[in-house]
Amino acid sequence: MGRSGTLILNAAARLLLPLQLLFSVFLLLRGHDEPGGGFIAGLVASGAFALYLFSQGRHALGEMLKVSPRDLIGMGLLLGVISTLPGWWAGEPFFTAQWWTIPVIDFKASTPLIFDIGVYLVVVGSVLTAITALVDTDQAEHDPTDHDQTH
Amino acid sequence: MQTAVLGGFVAAAMVPLLHRWFGSRTPLVMALLPASLAVWLISQWPVIASGDVLLLEQAWVPGLDITLTFMIDGLAWLFAMLITVIGALVLVYSREYLHGHRDLPRFLVVITAFMMSMLGLVLADNLVTLFVFWELTSITSYLLIGFNHTDSAARKAALQGLLVTVGGGLALLAGFVLLALAGDSWSLHELVQRGDVLRGHDLYTPLLICVLLGAFTKSAQFPFHFWLPNAMAAPTPVSAYLHSATMVKAGVYLLARLHPALGGTDGWVITLSLVGAVTMVTGAFLAMQHTNVKKLLAYSTVMGLGTLTMLLGIGTEKALVAFAVFLLAHSLYKGALFMVAGILDHETGTKDVTAMGGLRHLMPATAIVAGVAGLSLAGLPPLLGFVGKELMLTSVLEAPFWRLLILLLAFTAAFLTLAVAAIIVLRPFFGQRQDTPQPPHDPSRVMLAGPGLLAALSLLFGLVPGLLDPVVGAVVTGMGAPEAKVHLALWHGFNLPLALSFASLVLGLTIYRLWDRLRAGLTRLAPLIRCGPEAGYDALMAGLVILADGQTRFLQNGYIRNYLVMTLLVLVGLVGHALFFRHGLAPDVTLSVYFHEAVTAGLMIAGAVAACVMRSRLAAVAALGVMGFSIALTFVLFSAPDLAITQLLVETLTVILLVLVLFRLPRFATLSTPTERLRDLVVASLTGGLITLLMLAVLSGERLPRISDYMVANSQPLGHGHNIVNVILVDFRALDTLGEMFVLALAAIGVFAMLRFHAALGEGVDRDGRRNLAPTEDDHG
Repeated sequence: MGRSGTLILNAAARLLLPLQLLFSVFLLLRGHDEPGGGFIAGLVASGAFALYLFSQGRHALGEMLKVSPRDLIGMGLLLGVISTLPGWWAGEPFFTAQWWTIPVIDFKASTPLIFDIGVYLVVVGSVLTAITALVDTDQAEHDPTDHDQTH
Repeated sequence: MQTAVLGGFVAAAMVPLLHRWFGSRTPLVMALLPASLAVWLISQWPVIASGDVLLLEQAWVPGLDITLTFMIDGLAWLFAMLITVIGALVLVYSREYLHGHRDLPRFLVVITAFMMSMLGLVLADNLVTLFVFWELTSITSYLLIGFNHTDSAARKAALQGLLVTVGGGLALLAGFVLLALAGDSWSLHELVQRGDVLRGHDLYTPLLICVLLGAFTKSAQFPFHFWLPNAMAAPTPVSAYLHSATMVKAGVYLLARLHPALGGTDGWVITLSLVGAVTMVTGAFLAMQHTNVKKLLAYSTVMGLGTLTMLLGIGTEKALVAFAVFLLAHSLYKGALFMVAGILDHETGTKDVTAMGGLRHLMPATAIVAGVAGLSLAGLPPLLGFVGKELMLTSVLEAPFWRLLILLLAFTAAFLTLAVAAIIVLRPFFGQRQDTPQPPHDPSRVMLAGPGLLAALSLLFGLVPGLLDPVVGAVVTGMGAPEAKVHLALWHGFNLPLALSFASLVLGLTIYRLWDRLRAGLTRLAPLIRCGPEAGYDALMAGLVILADGQTRFLQNGYIRNYLVMTLLVLVGLVGHALFFRHGLAPDVTLSVYFHEAVTAGLMIAGAVAACVMRSRLAAVAALGVMGFSIALTFVLFSAPDLAITQLLVETLTVILLVLVLFRLPRFATLSTPTERLRDLVVASLTGGLITLLMLAVLSGERLPRISDYMVANSQPLGHGHNIVNVILVDFRALDTLGEMFVLALAAIGVFAMLRFHAALGEGVDRDGRRNLAPTEDDHG
């Protein structure tokens, strides 16, 4: 799927992407007290990237992401597992949530938040892996010489 | 210590990075890990020597009584010392053995992970923790046997080892659950004090059978012995470490650990002493037909493991002392001999002892090491092996059951082992000089360090066995015999065991002289030997393949509608059964439905019906969308904003995915006959009806305590969050969420792999796979 969007879609996607990503981070951070959280935020971010993909094309998305979506999955899983360890450090069973307050900005940092960021990354990574894989196969079929650009 | 063991796994994962920095010296760097653990263990020796048990408590899953507590008593200490010391030596040895091997980092990753698993196994106090480490050793062993993964024989041997040990592991898990039920504790240090309760319990026999199955498969006891010689496909450091000194002793360790809890009954004594004695003879006898030095050693390991099991079966104080000494002696000489075998293979280019000869002139240092270790294997003075064998024969003389039979078996094994030792040492190093594929010479000092040290220890402990008194005393205390008097000596005077030793020396050397002729005779017996337990394993595997083939054809034929029908019918059957017999089918619910709720429900029904009858795919998707958004609306109405948002977003992404796949699909056609559609209608109605009844049953009365109350009450105080859904997801039920994350990741990787595979097919790269994909393609068009 190349650049198939219209002018309006192209322009809108460029403008919307930062806003959507900002919104997804907002949802992620407030998730513990208000509706939101890693899963929802991850879906919003995936939607944003998907829009960008449709308007700017597969190549542009790869350029912008810099990392492969599959690596995002790995990072997310790693964060999820790492967040189980501080409880161990404090002499409590695995997975016991730990809370710290960062003084100046009065921000509640915690292992559940790290875990939620892991969820976020896994969701974004998984959805993007599936979507880009589908798009790549399309390109391979339409233009067999071009299919290697992502690998 | 727990941190060290778990940190060891992290260190294992870091090996590729270390390899970038240290290159071929990485094995030496990794050897620091077990070496430092060994130093720590030695520093704890005063506590252990005083007869205390060191308990290092650490919670893991308190709600399920699972702890990561480590218990170090004499028994665990000896095993841990063997694991760390031999582990460090093997790593040093592998620097030369695998020098320049391109998969060296992979080897180090797995062997370090194995080392930590094994350490966790012998130190764990909790049955579940022990089991986890037990299975980890099986898995890492699988990866190590199959290290040369391009060799199909290595792959087959790896799979065989895995299936046999993991099959036994399943039995062991059942045994542990029964053990915990009978002893009312998951903790080993509590269970060993409840021996009388356990032995008198109704569950004793089934739990004993299960535990023994686990231990016997792991420790290659007859009739499960066949996997161990096949495991020699692994690189030699692995054979030296896993398949002689440590992993195969895990089963024996478990039996020794549980001896105070389960031992002493007739069933225990008869089973262990007989199985052990038969294993001894089987191992020693089957060794005779091989000329491959590693196979010879492997079969003599089977013999050694049999001896240990037999001694645990006999179970008298003398037998337990013999167990401890023999265990140490065996680990020392067998580790050394395996490493010598690796040196021979490395320097001469062959593993066949008949192709070697007169090497003592060319490899004098290796010859000395091999000679010392070989004398210990043969059980000759003044080596530790002699002390061990004398003690073993003395214990057999007081076996409570079938003394003569066991004595005969033990004596046979003793002289056959002597012959094996002669074959391994005399054949390559003495006699006529023979040309080998490579010109042999002594290896570097690094490579000789490991076997040299182990052989030296065999000699030292043989000359001054009194050095071992406190260690053996501590081990025996750990096995529940604290009063045993331990006084080891090389010379016990002229007695029956000495006479038996002398007789076995004469017989063993005679067999060595006649070995070539004997082997020719054994070749004629080969078809008979091939009918052994391994044939049973092969038949079982073949049967499994036929069964899998049949059930795949029937149940998993690639048509997703058949999968659905099957899954839904099973669901309806099971849930329906439970609902009908536990609650009855008469829900009494008075529904008060508001107008807007009725409209939403109506929309959903309309969407579902429309999706079924639409003639165009796009319209069907739109109809499903109507359903999805109505569900989101329902969530909003019942004030669950998180669920509503999630539902909306999922619907949106579904549209994106559908857009991407829609035009790739063939024309939307009617594929099923009216009869099939009628069947589908029946299944769908049954499922829908049942779920409705289930929901009504849930609503009609407070049969179960509501868990949501707990969540609502504790979300803020315990989870520090007002959003209950999120607190449940990331805190209360985080383990479930972590599982879901892995599922999601797997699904994404599955999509990726399938699409790439499919693309490759399109280009004709891999035509073989087309047959497998065909059914899914037919499904759509």
